[in-house]
Amino acid sequence: MTTKVENQKGWLFVLPVFVLVAFNAIIPLMTVVNYSVQETFGDNVFFFEGVKWFEQVLHSERFHAALGRQLFFTFTILIIEIPLGVAIALAMPRSGPWVSVCLVLMALPLLIPWNVVGAMWNIFALPEIGLLGKTLNSLGIDYNFTRQPVSAWATLIAMDVWHWTSLVVLLAYAGLSSIPDAYYQAARIDGASSWAVFRYIQLPKMRRVLTIAVLLRFMDSFNIYTEPFVLTGGGPGNSTTLLSIDLVKVALGQFDLGPAAAMSIIYFLIILALSWIFYTVMTRGEEQ
Amino acid sequence: MRRLTWIVPTLYILFLMLPIYWLINMSFKTTNEILGSFTLWPNEFTFDNYIKIFTDPTWYNGYINSLIYVSINTVLSVAVALPAAYAFSRYRFIGDKHLFFWLLTNRMAPAAVFALPFFQLYSAAGLFDTHIAVALAHCLFNIPLAVWILEGFMSGVPKELDETAYVDGYDFWGFFIKIFIPTIAAGIGVAAFFCFMFSWVELLLAKTLTSVAAKPIAATMTRTASTSGYELGLLAAAGTLTIVPGAIVIYFVRNYIAKGFALGRV
Repeated sequence: MTTKVENQKGWLFVLPVFVLVAFNAIIPLMTVVNYSVQETFGDNVFFFEGVKWFEQVLHSERFHAALGRQLFFTFTILIIEIPLGVAIALAMPRSGPWVSVCLVLMALPLLIPWNVVGAMWNIFALPEIGLLGKTLNSLGIDYNFTRQPVSAWATLIAMDVWHWTSLVVLLAYAGLSSIPDAYYQAARIDGASSWAVFRYIQLPKMRRVLTIAVLLRFMDSFNIYTEPFVLTGGGPGNSTTLLSIDLVKVALGQFDLGPAAAMSIIYFLIILALSWIFYTVMTRGEEQ
Repeated sequence: MRRLTWIVPTLYILFLMLPIYWLINMSFKTTNEILGSFTLWPNEFTFDNYIKIFTDPTWYNGYINSLIYVSINTVLSVAVALPAAYAFSRYRFIGDKHLFFWLLTNRMAPAAVFALPFFQLYSAAGLFDTHIAVALAHCLFNIPLAVWILEGFMSGVPKELDETAYVDGYDFWGFFIKIFIPTIAAGIGVAAFFCFMFSWVELLLAKTLTSVAAKPIAATMTRTASTSGYELGLLAAAGTLTIVPGAIVIYFVRNYIAKGFALGRV
């Protein structure tokens, strides 16, 4: 780690970044804040409403239900993807021609546009013509993701695991390949079990990349919109309507600007708060 | 025991390939075959779906539009992130930590929150339905990411490198362009890869900010699925083609991905 020098010229260096991001973040965010405290009946006439929309959203059962589904979705995929990603990274070859092959094939789902991911899984899981749907049904499992909430959820989670586990694998693998061979040799001389090698060498070395992986997967899964929208459209009924889908329904479907804006702000604050908690918990031991 | 570990990645890759195979399989089938029977590979093999895409301007323009705004965004994001990441890794200045955290919070913002205000902002700026609009909008999440990745790489470069260069008589920009940038080439590769990736796969904002002239391929697909019935074969062919640019990019950065991460973030 290098020591930093005091230099206010740093601001000049970050100025282009600041201007571009501020243009995209601050102006729209202020628009949202503006809408969130006003009522409109069209014609660009607005009335100040104070915190009415916030109260309405916070007490609405619809919002609670969407938030509940969102939390369930995010924690389920984190519990599956993080251990699975680490396990696959541990089982991957450390060197040789197969490394490139594995990495290229595994990174492929990450580069498919999100609506194509949704469409692909839709085609894959359709009960009559999809490979997955047809196979499950012919095995005697009653599966139809357009009609049954349980099937829809299973498909949604399988899709996300398919889509994003590779990111965890790539990050964990990068952490693993930074461990010098000497560590493993020392462990072998000490006669350490493979669990001990994992617990005391590999896991601590992966700590930083795993923090990044958990944070990225948390933030992105909390923001997920396109894939479930294309796959299930939030249905059957409202059973897979996650927060983003609900928000777009309110904002662009019903054009209720006030409630949508209030919901946006609450939504964003929840992500900020939870990310901060994750970050603090996961980096707590680092200082010592 | 150790010999059997290859089974895990193999099974995983098989799981990854199945839906992709099904998509490609569908793309070579006729609509009749898709709806009429269940076949593991195309019996009436046809290129019609691909021919339709390559001859119909509404289809192939979608690809061109997507590639244009993704390229603009990648170049722009990395170019502005380079000096900023350098400042974050080398200098202390007023508000640096707050600024860094603020940048990252934009990575957390749900795109759905920004859809409507972006539409109004870019319409007001006269940029609606241009490639620039989408490229600029994607900066919201790509610049913070590029800064974050590059800062990690740059912190791994010893400060002695900077000092030696000044002793050798380089001025700052001479050092930055001739020595520093080549040193962190792997980091730039990784950052560019991620910018490309997130701009290529994003649809909600790209769709909101365009109507005809800059419409991305992904939006063209959505329209097809909803208006002209459910042409699954065509949809599958279009989907298959969206995988190609990504596959090419991964092939080029394949050696940087693992190596680059290891250098930069640990």
